[in-house]
Amino acid sequence: MLERLKRPWPDHRAERTLGAVSLLVGVVIVAMIAFVAVRSWPIFQHNGLRWLGGGGDFEAEIARMNAATAHPTAADYQLRAWPLLYGTLLSTAIAVVLGIAIAVLASVFIVELAPRRVSRVVIPVVRLLASVPSVIYGLIGILVLVPFVGNHLVSEGDRRSVLGVVQLTGAGLAPTVAILTVMITPIMIALVCEALEAVPPSWKEGAVALGLNPLRAVRAVTLKAIRPAIVAAAVLATARALGEAVMIQMVSGGKTFAPNLDHGVPVFLFEPLRTLASAILDFREGIGSPSLKAAVYSFSLLLLLSAFVLSVGGYLVKLPLRRYQARA
Amino acid sequence: MYADEMVLDRSNASSAEMPVPPVMPASPELPVPPVRTIVLDRAPTPVRPVPEREAVRPLSDFAGPERLSLRHVGVSYAGKEAVRSVSLSIHQGEVLALIGPSGCGKTTLLRTLNRLTELTAGASRTGEILLDGEDIHDLVDTTLRSRVAMVFQQPNPFPMSIFDNVAFALREQGRKRPARRQLEPLVVDALRRAGLYDEVRDELDRPALRLSGGQQQRLCIARAIAPRPEVLLMDEPCSALDPISTGVIEELIGELRRELAVVIVTHNLAQAHRVADKVAFMYLGDLVEYGGVRDVFEDPRAQRTREYVQGAFG
Amino acid sequence: MSAVAVHSGRTRGRRSSPMSWRWSDRLALAAAWLAGLSLCLIAAAIVLYMGYRGIQYLRPGMIFERPQVSADQAGSGGFLDPLLGTIVVSAIGIAIAMPLAVASAVWITEYGQGGRVSRSLARVVESSIEIVAGTPDIVIAIFGLAVFQLPLLAPLSFQAEGGGVFGRSFIAAGAMMSLLALPPLYAATRDGLQAVPAQMREAAFALGKTRITTVRRVLLPSVRSNIATGTTLGISRIVGSTAIVLILLGSTLRIETQGAVPVVNLLRGTGSSLTTYVYENSPAGEGAAPEKAYAAAFVLLVLVLALNVAIERLGRGRRDVVSSVI
Repeated sequence: MLERLKRPWPDHRAERTLGAVSLLVGVVIVAMIAFVAVRSWPIFQHNGLRWLGGGGDFEAEIARMNAATAHPTAADYQLRAWPLLYGTLLSTAIAVVLGIAIAVLASVFIVELAPRRVSRVVIPVVRLLASVPSVIYGLIGILVLVPFVGNHLVSEGDRRSVLGVVQLTGAGLAPTVAILTVMITPIMIALVCEALEAVPPSWKEGAVALGLNPLRAVRAVTLKAIRPAIVAAAVLATARALGEAVMIQMVSGGKTFAPNLDHGVPVFLFEPLRTLASAILDFREGIGSPSLKAAVYSFSLLLLLSAFVLSVGGYLVKLPLRRYQARA
Repeated sequence: MYADEMVLDRSNASSAEMPVPPVMPASPELPVPPVRTIVLDRAPTPVRPVPEREAVRPLSDFAGPERLSLRHVGVSYAGKEAVRSVSLSIHQGEVLALIGPSGCGKTTLLRTLNRLTELTAGASRTGEILLDGEDIHDLVDTTLRSRVAMVFQQPNPFPMSIFDNVAFALREQGRKRPARRQLEPLVVDALRRAGLYDEVRDELDRPALRLSGGQQQRLCIARAIAPRPEVLLMDEPCSALDPISTGVIEELIGELRRELAVVIVTHNLAQAHRVADKVAFMYLGDLVEYGGVRDVFEDPRAQRTREYVQGAFG
Repeated sequence: MSAVAVHSGRTRGRRSSPMSWRWSDRLALAAAWLAGLSLCLIAAAIVLYMGYRGIQYLRPGMIFERPQVSADQAGSGGFLDPLLGTIVVSAIGIAIAMPLAVASAVWITEYGQGGRVSRSLARVVESSIEIVAGTPDIVIAIFGLAVFQLPLLAPLSFQAEGGGVFGRSFIAAGAMMSLLALPPLYAATRDGLQAVPAQMREAAFALGKTRITTVRRVLLPSVRSNIATGTTLGISRIVGSTAIVLILLGSTLRIETQGAVPVVNLLRGTGSSLTTYVYENSPAGEGAAPEKAYAAAFVLLVLVLALNVAIERLGRGRRDVVSSVI
């Protein structure tokens, strides 16, 4: 039998074996969705879709789930996770918007404006930033940025204005968004730079020949031409931001709270928050309790589905922009 | 020879026989087929104007004021000289054709006229180029390029609508963006002057990249002439186009030269003859001959010019 | 005329100065410069600060000392175990990912171009790998937990009294790490195989070789550097991941083996990695030992930078190095 395996295989057997091995990945994906969905079913069963909404006291609900026995009652499954969704959407949206702006500007700087020597330094710098592990970002955040915000940026007046509602320790929206932006921008810069360099030089030449200064030429023509790439970069960055758990968990304050714009702008930025991903990390020990386990799996299901939606959505958004692309 | 022999043979043969290919006889009576002559060995014939199509207009009817004056202009790239000491005069109402074999510096000279050579690192220029008496070196480059426009070899419409393409230069000049209502008559006028309006009048907002090659090039011409420049530079504008589009654009050039000075680089001698009023022949960076189109084509002074226009080299 | 040749030319004429541009252009110019320079500043700040703290707190011995389980974390022991944990997990991850990735890449480029069935299957495989690439680490970790807590897989971690499968072990973490390394390895191998000119395959076929032999003897050796690049990319992703280890490795400070059989007991055992060590020693974890966290973080950063340099060296001659970091 071993002899048969050692001799060179005929092609059809090799093809089928390789094909089966390749399809294992597909099996993994299906298993992933199946397992996560099945284990999160209890939450849907007991709350319907209302668990996505607000109105409950999230912390109390989690505490109850934690304390529940191995055979939880229906009340133990009660969950209103809107603060988590809000925190996730808020931090991701701000970080991506800031990130795109910075990424496009920095890419224009690297490709068009910077002298050659400077570009040659900046490109490895971008790659370096992209490969720093998130725990290191989190470490710097929690040991440097959070104390800085807490001690120097949050004033006593700010603290007093939300006394009794929430405690402003410095960990919260501001450091989270700041570090998240730094984490996702290098990816976008890499993509946008690549796109800028792929634009046919005849367009820029044509614009300059019409009497535009170089920056104006880039703004008016080249940036229009790379719109699909900017969208792709934004989608990639959003996916990355949604999935970031460790850094956010270290820096966002460990309290489930929905930062409230009504409290005024500086205070709004200093309020703590929690995202879906950081919640999964926070409650990972509680997986022993069945109701908490179901809750954690339901958060994971949300993240999984949103990753899906992003891939599809990114593809769809790029389609109508193809109209203006050069076919050269 | 052989064909004649074969015909003779067949007349003698019977109809049932297959014609036998003639065997090369050893006899000295039959002449050896002559060596094929190549073009250069023939006696030179003067180039005649194509009878059905007159040159687009007779010479210099509209010769206007001098727009560009070149004095001992030289251009080098990274130390290597591409153009040596060219002196020319370019007038409104005239079309100047720069002709010459590949690599002779005609495109480089053209691009120097609107300082596009500065986009390349290592380019340097000697001599003077005066636009209406001012040295172009002292003009702000963006201003210069709004007065000296260029059309390129490959049509390069921007990835926008037709309207936005033509309005492009109009929008970007000046400090305030004009409103669309103000731009529309200018855009329509430019499209008319470029001979494209009738074909696109209903589709001004369609993407420009959907047009055909010839239409795209006319769009680029419209875009270039919209801000009413004084000089129009054309770098082999028809070389990427089919003959019909080429013909349309050549007619266009004849019309355009009324309001502009036109400088066209072309490697197509027949086109130069059809379109130009003045011709400058360049060879390996030197200006070999410069004069009226009839003079240069029919009675060139330099031997090299004679060889080139008669097709001795290309 | 000869005097002209001596006269050196002028390179730049008068250019439009930003002073004359529209204000939006000037703003954009300033903003672009600002963005570019701040990027460099932030990167320099991160590297310099970590370096400063690392030198401050890192004793070379720490790399080789085992962590001490003592109340005074700050003074005692090193992080050998977490470092070993990182290595073991990476090894397991690559060991699982490489055959999968290479097999898939070979199948897609060599066999997946055939009839309609194989082409649609090929698209399924490609999309699946892309989906895996886009899945966040933490979801992969939770999935791993779901899988390895199945009673079926109890031997792979350990089973507590009462029947609960622990689900956390080196093999669990390593298996999920393989999902992290799979996409870059696959992409690198596939690109390498696609870049092999058709003539090489045709020459082998003309000599009567079957497809699979061609792959083994001709094509795979020629894409060795691509596979190396992909592996290094995969390793750098694994080394930087914290979430999977936090959830799937049991968070014991030292490597605890499980059972008696030599290698298997390590696979079934628990431990920590460099990343979780940093996490646990920071205020976010148990630890009140930020000094240890800084020291370990410094080592981690150096490791990741070294991997990056390796990727660049290996990728020399390929043009997609910028985006390969993603």
